[in-house]
Amino acid sequence: MTSAPSSLRSSLESAQTTVTAEVGPPRGADPGAVRRKVEPLRGWVDAVNIPDGQSAHVRMSNWAGSLLALDAGVEPVMQVTCRDRNRIALQSDLMSAAALGIPNVVLMTGDHPRFGDHPDAKPVFDLDGVQLVWTARTMRDEGRLLSGRKLDPPPSWLIGAVENPFAPPVRFRAARLGKKAAAGADFVQTQFVFDVPAFTRWMADVRDLGLDRRCKILAGVGPVRSLRALEFMSNNIPGLWIPDDIGRRLRGVPAGRVADEGLTICVEIIQQILQIPGVSGVHVMAPGFEHGIPEVLARAGLARAALDQPGQAEPATAGTASSTRAAGITGAGGGSRHAH
Amino acid sequence: VRPRPPAWLLYRIQPLLAPNTFYGRLAEWLERSRGRYRIFAAAEKTVKNEIFGCRMCGQCTLPVTGYACPMTCPKQLRNGPCGGVGSDGSCEVYPDQRCVWLVACERADDNGRIADLQLLQRPIDYRGWGQSSWVNYWSGRDDDLWTTGDGPAPAIERRAPAAGPR
Repeated sequence: MTSAPSSLRSSLESAQTTVTAEVGPPRGADPGAVRRKVEPLRGWVDAVNIPDGQSAHVRMSNWAGSLLALDAGVEPVMQVTCRDRNRIALQSDLMSAAALGIPNVVLMTGDHPRFGDHPDAKPVFDLDGVQLVWTARTMRDEGRLLSGRKLDPPPSWLIGAVENPFAPPVRFRAARLGKKAAAGADFVQTQFVFDVPAFTRWMADVRDLGLDRRCKILAGVGPVRSLRALEFMSNNIPGLWIPDDIGRRLRGVPAGRVADEGLTICVEIIQQILQIPGVSGVHVMAPGFEHGIPEVLARAGLARAALDQPGQAEPATAGTASSTRAAGITGAGGGSRHAH
Repeated sequence: VRPRPPAWLLYRIQPLLAPNTFYGRLAEWLERSRGRYRIFAAAEKTVKNEIFGCRMCGQCTLPVTGYACPMTCPKQLRNGPCGGVGSDGSCEVYPDQRCVWLVACERADDNGRIADLQLLQRPIDYRGWGQSSWVNYWSGRDDDLWTTGDGPAPAIERRAPAAGPR
């Protein structure tokens, strides 16, 4: 096995509430932009997701952001979409991620370029999200590429998927997670949960199918911090809509207190979600507000005892297979890793 | 709006196209001549494009998708709807259209075939584009387009390459 052991895996296998958070990579060449977003999360989250051209916009690459997160001492979850790469590039990137010590991947179809900053781009979609999960499982567990050729040594990442419990056909959304679990997903991160009753119904379907035992479930959450954000999220994020009662609550407070009310709603949602049987934790998405995530977690009662955080790790790019292995993350929950 | 015919009718017709000795020989005969094959594929394209919006991927999965063609999805998803379907069932890419996978789910469900959508669809073979999927079906090349996904490790690779003539 070439990638470092995953502390996200240890957390998901334990009884504790797992917390992951999304860190949006910058549009620019400053590596410090990732470090500044990741560092405040050290000790608060088990891992940070690094998106792959979030919402079909050009950003720093998923793998580069993941390495910078490793460097800043937090375990990355590298997101990979099918939008921009065919099966040759996808498998190469997945293999490379393992070689560089990226211990977790989350695999999805991805947004169509039409919504991004390059709507004129060619959409690839050579594989779909289920097939990409299936490909990764084949690479890891069978040690084979889609061509049948051997991988030596095979990667060992934890494989994640995504699901939107709220998009039609709602009745079949749990079954769709079932396909991803059958294809090999170890865990799933969901779309933003704002409609807790709908999420509760989806979770009941998930438990009926026994999926929560095969595939750990992290519910997507995040604060709405302004009325403009409410508008934007409702109208511009495919497959996301926010129930009216949340809109009413946000509009019902003075302009200066909307952000705080949004935070309060987010905290309440987290607390309600964690009561639902079968939920392993939360995935916090707060684009542009990553520094506020610890406050959300603290108010939701998810503060942790300060973890032992060793000093700054060196860039992971220099690690050979053997030194990467030797330098793997050790203690469960410890988010830092050194490459020599 | 595609697909035009009701799903129950197509499920009824499907057995008439099932591989048999006659179709097997027809497929061989068509593949022996480039000209014949092209004429046949063009006819298939005309008919299936009119009825289903067929793109000639050459690896037809219509019998297990409620006869709604997944290749008409802007992301060409073979394994069900993406997470971007609008609350009104609209396609995220072309909001004036209905999500083809939503159509597939409804048509399959209405005919007691919802379990079909649980099949794991293997990645398609790009070399198959433009081929006659009827010929591929009759010659047995399309036998392993999907798998039930039962068991711990369903194989993702297809046994035989779908490389017939063009």
